Formats: sequence, structure tokens, C-alpha cells
Amino acid sequence: MKTILFIIQKEFKQIFRNKGMLPIIFVLPLLQLVILSNAATFEIKNIKFSYVDRDHSTTSRALIKKFNASTYFNVLQAFPSQAIANEAMLQGKVDVVLEIPKYFERNLQKEKHTKLGITINAIDGAAAGVENVYVTQILQQFNKKLATKLMQPTDVKNRPKSIESIPLFWYNETLNYKTFMVPGILVLLVTMITLFLSGMNIVREKEIGTLEQINVTPIKKYQFIIGKLFPFWVIGFGLLTIGLILGKVIFNVPIIGSLPLIYFYTGIYLFVILGMGFFISNFTDTQQQAMFIAWFFVVIFILMSGLFTPIESMPQWAQQITELNPVKYFVQVMRMVMLKGASFTDILPQILKTATYAIVMNGLAVWSYKKTN
Amino acid sequence: MSITVSHISKSYGKVTALKDISFDVKKGELFGLIGPDGAGKTTLFRILTTLLFADEGTATVAGYDLVNDYKKIRSHVGYMPGRFSLYQDLTVEENLNFFATIFGTTIEENYDLIKEIYVQIEPFKTRRAGKLSGGMKQKLALSCALIHKPKVLFLDEPTTGVDPVSRKEFWEMLKRLQQKGITILVSTPYMDEAALCDRIALIQDGKILEIDTPEAIVKHYPKKIYDVRSDHMYKLILDLNAFQHKHSVYPFGEFVHYTDTREAFNTAELENYLKEKGHQNIIIKPTKTTIEDTFMELAK
Repeated sequence: MKTILFIIQKEFKQIFRNKGMLPIIFVLPLLQLVILSNAATFEIKNIKFSYVDRDHSTTSRALIKKFNASTYFNVLQAFPSQAIANEAMLQGKVDVVLEIPKYFERNLQKEKHTKLGITINAIDGAAAGVENVYVTQILQQFNKKLATKLMQPTDVKNRPKSIESIPLFWYNETLNYKTFMVPGILVLLVTMITLFLSGMNIVREKEIGTLEQINVTPIKKYQFIIGKLFPFWVIGFGLLTIGLILGKVIFNVPIIGSLPLIYFYTGIYLFVILGMGFFISNFTDTQQQAMFIAWFFVVIFILMSGLFTPIESMPQWAQQITELNPVKYFVQVMRMVMLKGASFTDILPQILKTATYAIVMNGLAVWSYKKTN
Repeated sequence: MSITVSHISKSYGKVTALKDISFDVKKGELFGLIGPDGAGKTTLFRILTTLLFADEGTATVAGYDLVNDYKKIRSHVGYMPGRFSLYQDLTVEENLNFFATIFGTTIEENYDLIKEIYVQIEPFKTRRAGKLSGGMKQKLALSCALIHKPKVLFLDEPTTGVDPVSRKEFWEMLKRLQQKGITILVSTPYMDEAALCDRIALIQDGKILEIDTPEAIVKHYPKKIYDVRSDHMYKLILDLNAFQHKHSVYPFGEFVHYTDTREAFNTAELENYLKEKGHQNIIIKPTKTTIEDTFMELAK
């Protein structure tokens, strides 16, 4: 026990003496949290909107005004012809072009029916889809208003009944993107930093030759491993704590569930990551190698974690692979507990899977660590 | 016997690092492994300190079997690797404390043993190990290797890259440690240090060429050696090599060490030959055999 404590003490001394390491551990991740949470958003705003108005009527101007009033659209300019508008889209100057045909107003009044042409730049398919929804929303609202206006008193009886849906957005009423992203990005940071640090730590002793010196001593495997990894466990908690505080203070992210539950789960989760880092460092000889391998896994874990893209929309085989992704469970747990107030029993499946993962990973790590080679 | 090595072999893939090595080291002996870089010295050290498994052969260290009792060996040996491998970002005192703790002891408990060495670096005990000079690093490494009062001390090229004064001091320290009953196995590529050991093993290409006391090894040398010099050293070596009766020619400091194939060798004959070749200020005189000469002869 005394030996373990001494190693832990030594590790902490080394971490805090490393003037280059401290900012990397604490400052950079938090900068990332602040920047990414603001920047990594799926909200499409400031869509470059332009139009070709062939009608020049009161109704067509009213429609353009509608787009002007929306915060999503930036109405840039009117093009005299569709050909010129297409040219502008090719040059990337506009994203959406609305074409209002001739006799737009007249057709509406006479035939109660007309057509509009909408062209959307769909290089980014997801963004194009969202833009389409926005355009449709505005057109529907406009249509409804127009319908009331154009209606004759005699029509009232025959007025068609319509179904209107009023959505309620649970757990994130205002659809605040940050509420969704902050817990996820926090997961990303805790994972990245602890994996890199633990992965590089033992390799570093290999590189400077101290591992050889230590292997000749009667120190026990478990003493060395616990002594080496415990500090990073603590640092993982430190990062989580600072991240949660920042999330609350800067982004006002709700923390509905129980904090002890979050910490309890994080404790198990960190075992997985530390075991993984240790495993990596057993199979590498330099910090550079360890870093590359850790990166490889982190990128896959994060892109397949449901942090940025929903797992449900992945192909079946990819969904099955995500079962092996510890980051996925952490993201789920953080979002469930923080935003929905999930209880212990709600996240029990995740806890069990993570715990199994932790046991397997650390088992492999200890098994592969040899004092002789 | 403090160390017994019998028929140890080790290869890395196709490269044979050690081939059928056998030797014994008595308790309290200062035993030197002398050989050039790549001779297999470090591999042998790594095997004897339980860091590496031998392919064949057995060995005991401090009376414990290398494979079955490796844990006990680890408590009873001190190992100082060739490369400085302490924590550069910890202070002198912290390094020493660290190694004391993982050996389950304290600095105070074994202070007597390291006192002589440690007092020299004690004024710098709050300095980080990385900031020490080469000689001081080496003293610290030795202190760390001694802190648990080992029965056997393994020193892998302890004086490589150390200045001549520190080297001399270091060997004096080893002599004093030896008097305290510690068995020391030391490797070095420097032939002059070999003379300071009780016994030496000359090792090359993973094979032991000869084991004996330095004096005996020198006596085994079959030829009489002559120091030869002239104004043009490079030409001298070429001309000596071209001489029909030469046995060996090696540059050695300011002289060339020359041996003749014949028992009855007359220096005047060689002098005339060299004069013919246009050398001036020729000196030819008999000299003492050194371990380096022996090594060169054996390694031929």
C-alpha cells in the first residue's frame, strides 16, 4: 500500500512539474468545450437566399417579405432571370433560389392554385434538407394567410377542415442545440485526455529507460499499474467537474439527474479508458506510436458514438459495431442523466456493459504487461 | 559462488547475441566483462537481471535460480543500466527516496552504504536529476542501485561517456564497495579499466574469448611487443604492414604496437627497412603487453 501511495505521489509530482503538460491537460480541453459547443451546431442559419420575381405583384412582394422577416434567411438579391440565378449558385454566392412565375397572383385568385420553383444547393445534403423544411414552413404559413384573405364569404361553409400538429419538444423545450452538445463534448474531452495521457505515460517510462530500472525491482505488477493509472483517474474526474461547472455557468445546461450517479458512471467508464491506454502502451515503444494508435481509436469512437450523428441512422452493421464503443454509452448516460433525469435503473444496461468492458480491458492490459520480455 | 552462468545462449531472430556463455563470479569479487560494442554484454546483463529470458542454459545470481527464483533475485541485485535512466523531472532526493520505497526500505536504513557516494551529491539534493552533470548523474544512479543493500551489483558500462577524472573516482568507489562484500559485475569497452578488476572475461561476438586475472591474461600473450614511431605515422603503419615478417600492427596512442613472426627478432633490421622507406626519427623499443593487445590478438 505504501508503495502504491508513493508511486501515485511521484506521478502527480511529475505531472505538475511538467510545464508543457498542465495546460494541455486542463486549459486546452476547456477551450475546446467552449469553442466546440458554440461552433459544432446543426442549426442552419444565414441561408443565402435570392429570388427571381417574374410577377412583380403585391402577393409576390408579400412572399419575399416573409422570407426577409425570417431569421434563417438572408435575402441577398433579386435576379432578373433563372439563368443568372443558376450561374450565381454555381459560383456559390447563393444557397436557395425561389422562382415566382408570371401571373402568380392572378392564378392564385382565379384558380386558387399555382406553382413555385425552388432550387437548393444540395452539396451538403443534410443542410439542404433542413433548408427545404424552412422554405416549406414559410410557404405554408403564407398560404394559410392568403387562403383566409382570398376566401369569399360564400366559401365559409365549404371551408375544408384541416389537421394541425402542435409539437412539444420534451427534455429540450427550446431546441437549444448547446443543451444537446455540451454533455457530448464533455464526454469527448474526458475520453481523449485520459486515453492519451494514460497511453503515453508508461511508454514514456519505456522511452527514458526507467521502466527497465523498475522492472528489476521487487515491485508487484498490480502496485505499479494502480500507482500509474490512479492519477489519471483523478484527472478524469477533475476534467468532468470543471466541464460540468463550465457547462452550467456558460451554457446554462440543465443538470436534472443526480450528480453522484454521473460520477459513479464516470468512475467505471474511466477504468475502460485507462485500461485501453495501458493496453496500447504495452504494445508500443515510443510515445509517438502510442499517440497514433490512441488517435485512431478516438476518431472511430467519437464518430460512431452518436455524438454528432445519430446511431439510429447508421447502417445495420455499423450499429452493431457501436455496441463495442464505450464512448457511445457515456454519451447516452450523460444525456440521459443530465437532460432527462434518468435514474440508476434507467442506465443500468449501460452500467453493466461498461463494467464488463472495464473488466475485459483491464484484464487484457494486465495480462499483456510483462516485466520481462 | 555469487554468480554462476552455465551455457547461456540467446539470439534475436537470426542474430546470435550470446553463444554458450559460462563463467563464475566469487562472492565479493569485482568481475569485468570486457568487449567492444555489440559483443553481447548488455544482453548478458539483461538476462542476469531477469529482464530477458535466455534461450538455453541456466544461471544463478546470489544463490537464486534465474527462472524459478526471479522474484528473490530482484530484491537482492542492484542494476545500473548503461543509459542514465532515473526520473529527470524528480530531484536527487526524490529519486533516491523512490527507489528506496519500492525496495521496501528507507534512505536512513542503508545510509552507511551509500554515504561516501551520496555526500558528494547531497548539496544538490533538491536539484532535478536532469540538471545534474554527467559525473553526478552517475553517482546518483549508483546510489539508487545501492539503496537496498544488494548482494550483487550489475553495472552496465558505467563509465561510458564520463570524463577521465570521474572515471577514476568511480573505480575507486567500486573498490570500496567491494570491500563491503558486494559482488560486482561490471562491463566496459575500455581496456585500461580492465586492469582494475579482480578477474575479467574478454567477450566478442557473443563468445567468451578468455577468463582470467588481468595479469595472467597479459602473460598469456605469446609475442614480444615493440613500440615503433617515426615522423610519418600513417605511412609507418602502411610500411610495417608491408614488412614481410610482421605478425601484427596496431596504432596505440603515439606509438604503433608491432610484433614479429620470428622468435629472434632484431630491431636493427626493422630500423634499416624503415630507413630505406624514407622514415626519419625512428624509435623502436620493447614495451609492456596490455590487455588491449591481448584482446586484439584473441579477436583476430
